[in-house]
Amino acid sequence: MAHAYTPGLKVTGKTLIKKRRILPLKGEVIVKIGDKVHPDDAVARTELPGNVEPTNVANILGVPPEDVSECMLKKIGDKVNKEEMIAKSKSFFGLFTSSCRAKIDGTIENVSSITGQVLLRGAPIPVEVKAYLEGEVTDVYPREGVEVKCWGSFVQGIFGIGGETHGEIKVVSKDNKAVLDEKDITPELKGKVIIGGSLVTAAALNKAIAVGVRGIVVGGFNDKDLRDFLGYDLGVAITGNEDKGITLVVTEGFGQINMADHTYALLKSKEGCLACINGATQIRAGVIRPEVVIPLAEGKMGADEGTKASSHGLEVGSPIRVIRHPYFGVIGKVTNLPSPLQKLESESMARVLEVELEDGRRAVIPRANVELLEE
Amino acid sequence: MKGLKPEDIKVILATDCGSTTTKAILIEYRDGEYRLIVRGEAPTTVEAPFEDVTMGVLNAIAEVEELSGRKILDENNKILSPAKNNIGTDIYISTSSAGGGLQMMVAGVVRSMTAESAERAALGAGAIVMDVIASNDKRLPHQQIERIRHLRPDMILLSGGIDGGTTTHVVELAELIAAADPKPRLGTGYHLPVIYAGNINAREAVIETLQKKVALDVVENIRPVLERENLLPAREKIHDLFMEHVMAQAPGYSHLMSWTDTPIMPTPGAVGLIIKTIADIEGIEAVGVDIGGATTDVFSVFQGVFNRTVSANLGMSYSVSNVFAETGLPNVMRWVPFEMDERDLRNRVKNKMIRPTTIPQSLNELVFEQAIAKEALRLAFIQHKSFATVLKGVQQQRTIADAFEQTAGGQTLVNMMTLNMLIGSGGVLSHAPRRQQAALMLIDAFLPEGVTRLAVDSIFMMPQLGVLSTIHDKAATEVFNKDCLIHLGTCIAPVGELKNTKDLMSYRFEMPDGSVIEDKLGVGEVKLVKLGFDEKSSLPAKAKAILNPAKNLDVGRGKGNKVETEISGGVVGIILDGRGRPFQLPEDNSTRVSKLKEWMGALDVYDKSGLEKLA
Repeated sequence: MAHAYTPGLKVTGKTLIKKRRILPLKGEVIVKIGDKVHPDDAVARTELPGNVEPTNVANILGVPPEDVSECMLKKIGDKVNKEEMIAKSKSFFGLFTSSCRAKIDGTIENVSSITGQVLLRGAPIPVEVKAYLEGEVTDVYPREGVEVKCWGSFVQGIFGIGGETHGEIKVVSKDNKAVLDEKDITPELKGKVIIGGSLVTAAALNKAIAVGVRGIVVGGFNDKDLRDFLGYDLGVAITGNEDKGITLVVTEGFGQINMADHTYALLKSKEGCLACINGATQIRAGVIRPEVVIPLAEGKMGADEGTKASSHGLEVGSPIRVIRHPYFGVIGKVTNLPSPLQKLESESMARVLEVELEDGRRAVIPRANVELLEE
Repeated sequence: MKGLKPEDIKVILATDCGSTTTKAILIEYRDGEYRLIVRGEAPTTVEAPFEDVTMGVLNAIAEVEELSGRKILDENNKILSPAKNNIGTDIYISTSSAGGGLQMMVAGVVRSMTAESAERAALGAGAIVMDVIASNDKRLPHQQIERIRHLRPDMILLSGGIDGGTTTHVVELAELIAAADPKPRLGTGYHLPVIYAGNINAREAVIETLQKKVALDVVENIRPVLERENLLPAREKIHDLFMEHVMAQAPGYSHLMSWTDTPIMPTPGAVGLIIKTIADIEGIEAVGVDIGGATTDVFSVFQGVFNRTVSANLGMSYSVSNVFAETGLPNVMRWVPFEMDERDLRNRVKNKMIRPTTIPQSLNELVFEQAIAKEALRLAFIQHKSFATVLKGVQQQRTIADAFEQTAGGQTLVNMMTLNMLIGSGGVLSHAPRRQQAALMLIDAFLPEGVTRLAVDSIFMMPQLGVLSTIHDKAATEVFNKDCLIHLGTCIAPVGELKNTKDLMSYRFEMPDGSVIEDKLGVGEVKLVKLGFDEKSSLPAKAKAILNPAKNLDVGRGKGNKVETEISGGVVGIILDGRGRPFQLPEDNSTRVSKLKEWMGALDVYDKSGLEKLA
C-alpha cells in the first residue's frame, strides 16, 4: 500500500518538454534535426491507403465467380473513374449484355474467382502531423516522425475535451474562485486560450465557441453541462477526438472547484504568451491527461524547476487536496501519518492521514482520497 | 514442466501481472493438504519509466520471501528450483492482463452462428472482443474494412461455414481482411496474427488470399457441423499466439516467459479454467463474476457448458460513469434508502471516473457505490444470459409436449433455479466492509432462485489457481475451497406468484449442534439464520433443511414440492429471501425506503444508526 495516494498532477514553471510526433503509417519526415518549428508547421506526412469499395461483379453480371476475370474490361492495377464500365458479360450469342460500373474513382486491387468480388481502392488520403509545440526538432525517426523539444511551463489537467490547439493566453476570471460566465466572453477573445477560475458554465462554453475562442482552462465543469455539450453521457474517460471547435482543459474535477492557487498564479504570470493545449484524456492503463504547454522564449532555458510533488511522497506538512466526499476539493496540510489501518465511517479499514484543512477544521481522511499539491 | 510428477510438487509460486498490480502467492503442501501460505504484491512495471514486467514480479516475490521466510530468489534474482527445505519453489506459473490484456477481433459468416462461435472461442480464451464482423451484420463491406483497419487488434479469429458447406462467404471475409491490411496493436515489425478456423474446403482459398498480408494459422473448424462447436483448437491457438506475438512484444515478457514452468495465460482465461474445473469436479452449476475498475467478466457453467462474457465498459472506477449512463439514475437510486441531489451525484460519479483510486469514506458514499455495483453486475449478467445460449441455427427435435411450450432457438443456458454456486470477485465485493454487503449485492444483482451458495474470492487468486489447475488440479481445488473462497452462506429464494399468498414457505433447519430452527417465511420478508463453519475442517458447516413452499411456489423441485437438502453456512449464514421472484421493489417511494431499510436491517448490512441519520 506504499502507493496508496494519488500523486499530484504536474504543474511546473519550467521544464523540458519533449513530444514525439509520429505518423499513423510510415511516410516522409519533412524537417531535420535542429529545425525550429511553430505549432502549425507540418513535420511529417504520409498517405493512408484509400477506402476500399468491394463490388460483387459475379452477382451483377449474373455469371459464376470463376468467369468474372474473363468478363473484366480492366485488369488489376488499372485506374478507373467513377461510373466507368469495368466488366461486361454477353449471353445468348451476344444478344443480351450486362455491365458493371465502378462506384468510385480508384484502382482495381483484386479480382476474386472464388467470390466473384472486385475490390476497388480509392485515392490515397493525405495525412500530416504538425509540430504542436513551438520548439526545435531534436530527433528524427526515419519515415515515422520526429521529436520536438522545448523548454516551457507545463500544467497537467485532470480531464479535457477536444484535441491539440494553440493561442495566446488571456486571463478572464478575476481570481481562481470566480465562475466563468457568458458575460465574460467577448469577441476580443477570438483565437485566444482563456483562463477561468472555479467553473465554466455551459452558456459561457457555447458563447466561447461562437466567438472563436481556441481553448478554455478552468478549475471545474458540471457533468450535466458536459452531457448537454457533448449530446451524450460520457461513459468512459477517453476523449480528444471531439470536434466541437474548442478545447477544454479542466484542472481540478467535476463540479465547482477553485483552480489550485499555484496553477492559477502560473497561468496568470504567462498572460499574453503562446499556450499549446490538448484536451485528450485517457484514464486507463497508459494514462493520458490533458495539458497546457507554454513554450519559453529562447535564452530562458536552464535548470528544471520540477515539482516537489513528483520527488517526495506524503509527509507531515505536505499540502494536499481532498479528492472525494465529504471533503471534496478542500485543501489542507498533513499533520500526522499514522501507519496502522483505521476504520472509516463506511467501516472500511484503510490507511489514513490527519489533516488540518484551510478553514482550520481537522479531519481524518483515507490516503487514497487525497492528492499532493505542489508548492 | 521439469518432469515433476504432481505428487512431487510441494511448493508452488504463482503470479498474476495485472494492469496496475502484480500479485504473487505461495502455496505449500503441509499436513496432508495444499494451503496458501502468504501473498505479496507490487506495482506492475510494464509501462515507462520501468518498461520491464519482471521488476514488478521480482518485487512481489521479494514480499512473499519476506513474509514467508522462504528464500526464492538467488543473488542474481533467479528463481531457485526445485524446493529444498526452506529454499526455492518446485514450480513457478503466471498469468497476465497487463498492457490491456488480449484484444481480438472475430469474424464469421452468420452473426448468430459461426460468428458467435468464434466470439465464444475468443472470450473463452480470455480475450476482449473488440468487434464481431459478420457477413450479415448489416454493415456495408467498406464500413467493415474501415472498422478492421481502425481497431488494430492483437489478433483476428476468422471462422465461417460448416465443413463441406459453401465457401464463398468465408472467402469474402478473408478478402475484406486482406483489403483492410490490418496492423497489430503493439509493434510494427511483424504481421498481424490471423487464425482461420472455418470451413475446411475454403482453407486453400483463404490461405491464398491472406498469407502474404498477415501471419496466418489454420486450425480445425470451430463449427464443423451445425449441431456442434469445436472451440478447443482455436482457443489453444489463441493462447499460443498470445505468448508468441502479443506477450513477446510487451516489455520484459520474453524474459518472464523463460522463468515460468507453463505458458503464461491471459488472466480471464485462467479464471474461467478454475471455475470450469470446480464445476466439473463437484458436479455443480456455477456462476463467477469479476467486477473490476474497467470491465466486468461473467463466467458460467450450466449443463457442463462453459461460457464467459466481458462487459467491456461496466466497472467501478474507469467505467463507473458508463454504468450510470447505461442504467440511468433512477435504477441506481432505487437501491438507496435516502435522497441525494442529482447534479451533485453526477459530479461525484465523474470524479470517481477521473480519480479511480479513491475509496468511499462516508456511509452514504458506500451505499451509493454499492448501488452502482448492483446495477453493473445486473447489466453484465443480462449480457451474459443472452450470450450463454444453446447453439443457434440448430434444428431441434420436438415432441408433442413441446408444442405447447414453443421456444425460440438460442435459448439461454442460464438457469437460476439449477444454479448451485455464485462466486463474486473484484474490489467492491471482496473488500466490502461487511460480508453481508457482498451477499446482498450478489442477491440483488443476480436474483438467485431456490437454493444457491454464495461466496467471494478473498484476494483474487482465481487466476493463479486457474493455471495451477492445468498441472495440479488437487492443489488448485484445495486452495480454492479453503483459502481463496470466503463462503458467505446460502440464499434460499422461493419463486412464483405471490398473489393470495401470506407465507411463501415453512422451513426446518437441523443445525450442526442438534438444535432445530423452525419457522415460516412471509411475503416481502428477509431473514437471516446464523450458520458458520465446521471447527475441525474449517469448511462451511452444514444444516439439514426441509423447505416446504406454498402450493404455487418453487424452491427447486417444482411448485409446492417439499425440498430436503443440506444447506451450507458461511460468514453470513442462511439468507431467506421472501421478496419474490420475479423481484420488484415497491413503486411508492416511502414504502420502498422503509422496505430497503427493513431488509438491510434484517441482514445487518449497514450500521443501523448511521443509516437512520442519512434518512
